[in-house]
Amino acid sequence: MTTATPTVAAGTQKTDGTPTTTAGRVRKRLNSRTATLVSIVIAVVWTIPTFGLLVSSLRPEDEIKTTGWWTAFTNPQFTLENYQQVLFGRSSSSGQLAGSFINSLAITIPSVLFPLAFACLAAYALAWINFRGRDWVYISIFALQIVPLQMALVPLLKFFSTGVTLGGVTLMPAWDLVDEQKFAQVWFAHTCFALPFAVFLLHNFISQLPGDLMEAARVDGATHPKIFRTIVLPLITPALAAFGIFQFLWVWNDLLVALIFAGGGDETAPLTVQLAEMAGTRGNEWQRLTAGAFVSIVVPLIVFLSLQRFFVRGLLAGSVKG
Amino acid sequence: MKFDFADQQPKFLMLMYGLVAFVLVVGGLLLLLDVVPAWFARRREAQLVAASVGGGPLPRRRKQREGLFAFFFLLPTLLLLVIGLVVPAIRTTLLSLMDGTSTNWVGLRNYGWMFSDDSIVRVLINTLVWVLLVPLVATGFGLIYAVLVDKARFEAVAKSLIFLPMAISFVGASIIWKFVYAYRGDGDQIGLLNQIVVSLGGEPKQWLLESPLNTLLLIVIMVWIQAGFAMVVLSAAIKAIPGDIVEAARLDGVSPWQMFWQITMPSIRPALIVVVVTLTIATLKVFDIVRTSTNGNYDTSVIASEMYNQAFRYGQNGQGSALAVFLFILVIPVVIYQIRNLRQQREG
Repeated sequence: MTTATPTVAAGTQKTDGTPTTTAGRVRKRLNSRTATLVSIVIAVVWTIPTFGLLVSSLRPEDEIKTTGWWTAFTNPQFTLENYQQVLFGRSSSSGQLAGSFINSLAITIPSVLFPLAFACLAAYALAWINFRGRDWVYISIFALQIVPLQMALVPLLKFFSTGVTLGGVTLMPAWDLVDEQKFAQVWFAHTCFALPFAVFLLHNFISQLPGDLMEAARVDGATHPKIFRTIVLPLITPALAAFGIFQFLWVWNDLLVALIFAGGGDETAPLTVQLAEMAGTRGNEWQRLTAGAFVSIVVPLIVFLSLQRFFVRGLLAGSVKG
Repeated sequence: MKFDFADQQPKFLMLMYGLVAFVLVVGGLLLLLDVVPAWFARRREAQLVAASVGGGPLPRRRKQREGLFAFFFLLPTLLLLVIGLVVPAIRTTLLSLMDGTSTNWVGLRNYGWMFSDDSIVRVLINTLVWVLLVPLVATGFGLIYAVLVDKARFEAVAKSLIFLPMAISFVGASIIWKFVYAYRGDGDQIGLLNQIVVSLGGEPKQWLLESPLNTLLLIVIMVWIQAGFAMVVLSAAIKAIPGDIVEAARLDGVSPWQMFWQITMPSIRPALIVVVVTLTIATLKVFDIVRTSTNGNYDTSVIASEMYNQAFRYGQNGQGSALAVFLFILVIPVVIYQIRNLRQQREG
């Protein structure tokens, strides 16, 4: 995915600046200026819905409910009351999102770590250990990306609630989890569902590492675990970051898995579940919905904006092969 | 303020258990992987000594050890995939042939229901509209924008703004757009869309209640989220077009239009396919937007959200499973196409 090489960009830019006639040069500049202008206008339009929500979430309740958010510019009235309410509110109807925020964190952190560790172990084995049937194992794992997670929901829920019995013998008892213990189910589900893509993505990176390096280490008598820990892991840190961000955004933003495996209780429901609930039952309480939506958006936005570079790299490794 | 940090303690405790489990599992595995080879090395040494003393054949263990390593490296992944995906997928397929309570076999009746029940046929049609429109519009927009913004000033900022919705959850995005679509019967409008309509002299509408318009409006949300993905991937592909090709075309006096169709498009074809395929799969599984915006009411339901309703709200496991299997069948050809393309790309 060595795509956006600066040399290419520099090369084409030089040809840009050399139209022969003055008229041509002017037209060129106008063209690129129009393009710049249009693209900025589109970008602004794209951002307006989010911006409107942000402005609204800072306005007093009756202002939100009676006038459009754009009037805030002529009649500015701002407050943090809405955030106070949805985060720490007295009644359960206010959302009490501070608790859900912690739920989201507790769900997300292990759900990122587990697949990351398992997938890079597996990807290393598939890329650099010679064993029979290696290609078949890789293709099978890759192909599992086909299975929509909807197909796994009903049986997996049963797996947790009744355990596994084979011919009358209990292989695994029911998990019987209550309240915050249900986090374990969500971690398990997210880890399973993430693995095919994680193995695929990390395999792309790991298999591109220079073979000489591995060869040299093997000759020196290094074992696979040693090579994995001392050579491979440091080299693929950017790839790990890329997948980590992917998985973080995916888990933090997920609704379906959380809805089914965490349940809707305040003890376990992450932000997305609470918000969806609020949108359904109190769809007109805009002061809470807007503030709540922003609470749920803010963490992924920070992660995204600060680590965008890695995210894009991971995206391109998974899709565009150079 | 009622919020009490002490109440949250069990959650942090649970999180800590999770982290401890993580360290134990991964650390244990790595430790095991270090101990096993050491053990084998000792055994091999002993065998070598025995062989040299007794004059027997030299032991050959190299191949098997590789396989053993691979097995341990792959063990957690394979185990979880079997428990979490393979077995459930098979079970779901079986459940789709049983009745709502998963006790009696009903053959293909659930599939018959799927194609004869009017409301479900509606769901299938909606899904078709989603799958046709979202990849097409999002990719088209992403492509135009990528060409437009290429080498423009403020390129990075402009791209980031389009890409930003990718970080927002579907639930968050749905709320953002619910607010855009919001309706007030009397007085000032608070939704941007109705305000625009009113200022143009129109009547405000309850956008999300009007079928089939509401499905299109939900599709707008998905396009809004996904166009940034298409744009980023296609933009990278455009930048990867070799500079001398572009230069040569310029020297030949090619117009921008010809440049686009004869140079840019053929060069980015593989990336284009990947984007369309990825978006198609994502669209087929779309659930959050429909659930948050309309809960599947007013004729907006799609397969993924209907599957949830049937299996988890109405207790119709059989019908829900049949919908899941149907979703699976729809995804297969798309993925096979993608695999073939990836292979061709690698060879070519």
